Amino acid sequence: MDFAYRRRKFVNLVSLAGIFGLAVLAAVPFFVVSVFVLDKGLGAISWDFFTQLPKGPGEEGGGMANAIVGSAIMVGLAAVLSIPWGLAAGIFMSEYGDSRTARCLRFTTDLLASTPSIVVGIFVYGLIVVYTGFSAWAGAAALTVIMLPIVARTSEEMLKLVPDHVREAGLALGLPRWKVIVRLVLPAAKSGVITGLMLALARVAGETAPLLFTALGNNYHSESLNQPTASLPVQVYNYAMSPFEEMQQQAWAGALVLVLFVVVINLSTRLLLRSKQGWSS
Amino acid sequence: MSASNSILHVNQLDAWFGNFHALKNISVDVKDHDVMALIGPSGCGKSTFIRCLNRLHEEIEGAKVSGDVFLEGQNIYGPGKDPVVIRRRIGMVFQKPNPFPGLSIYDNVAIGLKLGGMRDRHQVEEHVHQALCGAALWDEVKDKLKRPGASLSGGQQQRLCIARALAVQPPVLLMDEPTSALDPISTGRIEELIQQLKATITVIIVTHNMQQAARIANRTAYFLLGEMVEVGQTQQIFEAPVDTRTRDYVTGQFG
Ligand SMILES: Nc1ncnc2c1ncn2[C@@H]1O[C@H](COP(=O)(O)OP(=O)(O)O)[C@@H](O)[C@H]1O
Ligand SMILES: [Mg+2]
Repeated sequence: MDFAYRRRKFVNLVSLAGIFGLAVLAAVPFFVVSVFVLDKGLGAISWDFFTQLPKGPGEEGGGMANAIVGSAIMVGLAAVLSIPWGLAAGIFMSEYGDSRTARCLRFTTDLLASTPSIVVGIFVYGLIVVYTGFSAWAGAAALTVIMLPIVARTSEEMLKLVPDHVREAGLALGLPRWKVIVRLVLPAAKSGVITGLMLALARVAGETAPLLFTALGNNYHSESLNQPTASLPVQVYNYAMSPFEEMQQQAWAGALVLVLFVVVINLSTRLLLRSKQGWSS
Repeated sequence: MSASNSILHVNQLDAWFGNFHALKNISVDVKDHDVMALIGPSGCGKSTFIRCLNRLHEEIEGAKVSGDVFLEGQNIYGPGKDPVVIRRRIGMVFQKPNPFPGLSIYDNVAIGLKLGGMRDRHQVEEHVHQALCGAALWDEVKDKLKRPGASLSGGQQQRLCIARALAVQPPVLLMDEPTSALDPISTGRIEELIQQLKATITVIIVTHNMQQAARIANRTAYFLLGEMVEVGQTQQIFEAPVDTRTRDYVTGQFG
């Protein structure tokens, strides 16, 4: 009896310590990555990095303005395409969620969300690039496919958090269902939905694989959306592979900008959530 | 079909949740300016009944209704009747105060008007003012109309919900245990308010509190297991019930 009790207490203590230790360890990789990237990249970050085009191999200076602009364009396009689309899917799944169609949609959305991004890249390559060549459009299409399920599922979850009495009160007022959703439920879920959108943006901004063979890359600014287009992750990838010290430096700087972007997005989301504390209980 | 001074006439109403028969053959008349209380043990179908009166019941997955409900002489379950239009003629207040999250006090009341198509800002302001006065809330909120509805106390929130329902000027107001989440003082204010409301509209109120029914309702209906066992003058129901089941319930509750 007593032995069993002492044994149980001991096992309890050990597992608790283990869990605590692992929890702390889980935070370590991010800090190691950040410190590492900060250390390597900070030296190469300068005003030029944001405003200049890349110099030739082995030359000093230059920047990644083309990649930053290209990323902004493709991520922006993907956002414009996937946000209304994904939001509509999210609304459908949350507000008409018990129907067969909604259940199928939820399942396929989950499948799409877990599809490796390289597969999405190949898919867009076969569907678009083969016919029209590498372009910002193709890159944006790949990013859209990746963003879409994230936007749909997070907005669904956020809308479901809005209590049903909000919908009932709206219907009881004699408002048509779509007005209840658009004017009452969606605003009530606003901060949560926006969080989901920002996190989806942060996620695709760092995607490399789907852009490799859709947007390809470009050493200059693209003149149109139909041309190969540089992006920060792909440029980081290419430069990191280079034998030239200067280019590796630039790759670190690019990596740092990506990390900073993700941190800024997450922080601003937190602030947004704090300032708009959800809905009334 | 309906008697000349009855605003609401229910004829052989049945309701189901899937296979569960929640309301059985209910027929009743509600007269203009009545305050009718619905009493009965919990789970007997009171909420289901009033949710059939504004066609909210059918919004639940698997829910069904049969029978007729005449509102001002028109069958709301008649062919081609739009529930949205009907719900504008019959307001509803819920058990838990539920102002719209994120909307100001003013917008909570105005939204039914605005989304219902009222464009003129002065007209909206006028209606909001009237509704807040009608809900005995105006004096308490007139200086903070822009504040969130959720910033009010529970009792004030419930009066805000009453104002929200009154704003579109329905002739009938349904209330589902509107004071059960409130303290005695807030409850008293809402009971007072109902006394004032009956001058202009008809009120059907679910209550689990028989004293409340006795205080505010001129007519009372007793529900049990999905049936409306007895309906009559409140005094008669409490003092001389005809049905033994009503008597058992009433004496048990007051006893
Ligand atoms: N959404 C629902 N789905 C299935 N059954 C329900 C639902 N809502 C209520 N019921 C059942 O219908 C009956 C009547 O419920 P209700 O009208 O809420 O009772 P009351 O308001 O008198 O307490 C109860 O037996 C309850 O369990
Ligand atoms: Mg109830």
